[in-house]
Amino acid sequence: MTPSGESPHGPPPSLWPVGFAIGVVCILVGLIVSWPAVAVGAALTLIFGFLWVRDVTRGYRTVPQPSADGVVPAEPAPAIPADQGPAAMPEPSPAEAATYPRSKFLEGATLGLGAVIGGIVTVPAIGFAVVPSFLHQGHDEIDLGPLENFKQNEWTVTHFYLEPADGGVTKRTAFIRYNGMLEDKPSFTIISNRCVHLGCPVQPGGLVQSEKSKDEDTTGGQEVTIIPVLGLSSFTCPCHGGSYDSEGNRIAGPPVRSLDRFEYSIQNGRLFLGDAYSVGHVEGQGAQAEIQKYDLAGPGQHVDGPEQWFYPIQPPH
Amino acid sequence: MYPVDWLEERSGLIGGIRYFLLRKVPAETNWFHTLGSATLTAFLVQAITGVILAMYYKPSPDEAYESIRHITDDVTLGWLVRGMHRWGASVFIILMFFHMARVFLFGAYKYPRELNWIVGVLLLALGMFEGFTGYLLPWDQTSYWATVVGININGTAPFLGPFIASLLRGGSEIGTDTLARFYSIHMLILPGAIAGLIALHLYLVVRLGVSAPPWSDAAAREAAGTADADGEVPTTARPGLTRPGPRGGIAR
Repeated sequence: MTPSGESPHGPPPSLWPVGFAIGVVCILVGLIVSWPAVAVGAALTLIFGFLWVRDVTRGYRTVPQPSADGVVPAEPAPAIPADQGPAAMPEPSPAEAATYPRSKFLEGATLGLGAVIGGIVTVPAIGFAVVPSFLHQGHDEIDLGPLENFKQNEWTVTHFYLEPADGGVTKRTAFIRYNGMLEDKPSFTIISNRCVHLGCPVQPGGLVQSEKSKDEDTTGGQEVTIIPVLGLSSFTCPCHGGSYDSEGNRIAGPPVRSLDRFEYSIQNGRLFLGDAYSVGHVEGQGAQAEIQKYDLAGPGQHVDGPEQWFYPIQPPH
Repeated sequence: MYPVDWLEERSGLIGGIRYFLLRKVPAETNWFHTLGSATLTAFLVQAITGVILAMYYKPSPDEAYESIRHITDDVTLGWLVRGMHRWGASVFIILMFFHMARVFLFGAYKYPRELNWIVGVLLLALGMFEGFTGYLLPWDQTSYWATVVGININGTAPFLGPFIASLLRGGSEIGTDTLARFYSIHMLILPGAIAGLIALHLYLVVRLGVSAPPWSDAAAREAAGTADADGEVPTTARPGLTRPGPRGGIAR
């Protein structure tokens, strides 16, 4: 690399940007594929970025002075023993003095130390504000009561609490239908009422029999409310008019995929709700339904088709 | 007056205030130029009523709605302060749009006032975000579902959308953390940022001067190249622009 500042033009091309670019690509690919690749990419980006910036700013950080006779000495002067006095420690010529004086080192050290102290104070504070939103986001299994609460081929509107200790703000609703046995195991269709357009509560298209509503306290401080629905044929969202069929597939309106569903398990003859997941499309019906299952995505986010690549990283749910 | 002189000698503030209030503006300045000050007044009303409301509001899901009912029904003149804050928010946004439209239609965003326009756009965005975060604080059905939809709209942005949504919600579900987060954003982060940007906005207005409307005599004289009453021919190439002097205002 030739020293810059010899001509009015910018610094000559360097190879550090290539390493920087490789680092950025590693980060982006690693965010989708694997976390170690992100770490490798971040290291590459930082190292090559630093070297690149240092290279480009070489002409701005120190002003190279031409030596008095325009000729760079070919070899250093012979060494003089220190006890020879001033002859051993001549005053540096202006050409030498401009290279890296002590004042520049102190300036750099002060700024660097200030940056380190600033980082020590700022980074934990920002971590405190940002990181908890992405940790411990799951919930315990939800006990919905004995299987007898859910009669075959009858839809119910079921209210429960994601975190009973946090109170009413965690109240959620699912539409649950018992489909009968499938290979000796009870089959349920459990559809979340969160509209996948923008999150409004989807309403059942049938007669909600509130007078037959049943409240039940179950394990873990859970309170469940089960309300039967007659003649449910579709779901409709009141906010922007999205409509879904009885398997949660979109029939009309702005929703971008099918309604989300819940995983479930049967323990000791009781129905337990697990994690929610997103659905691309459902073929078939009831116990024979084939569900294209994806990780839980937010409302308005595509899970299949070309648009899915706009949302490669989902925060923990 | 002695107290004023005492203060002026020790700080220079009085001179600064007189400079601000008595600076020169174009002769054709009209009532439309008051919209900016009107917006600032609306913001100050919001700030003051907001501070008073913050003395009684409780930012917890269990107590928020009740604390606002308490403000409205029980606290002396609480209904008035709360009403001023709620309606003042709409007044602030509307006046901002009127002010923006005035600046646009008068061409007052052109050189050298481009930076001021950019600062104004940032103020608009921050003001809208103030409205968004403040809307959740009463914690009633309208607030909750409007915030659900608003956060999910943010979540549909490509790549960073899901992260922004999680960050706003304080997790994967709207709950206690969301309310506390929105309260902190609404009364600490955003008012600080808005106040700083307003200071920059006002500094730029004073430094660059008020521009004359496009139909003004100054603009016509510039277009025709004729001299004004002082015998000077305006020299800038852009009609309506008052050439900024060494310390703002019209150059003489």
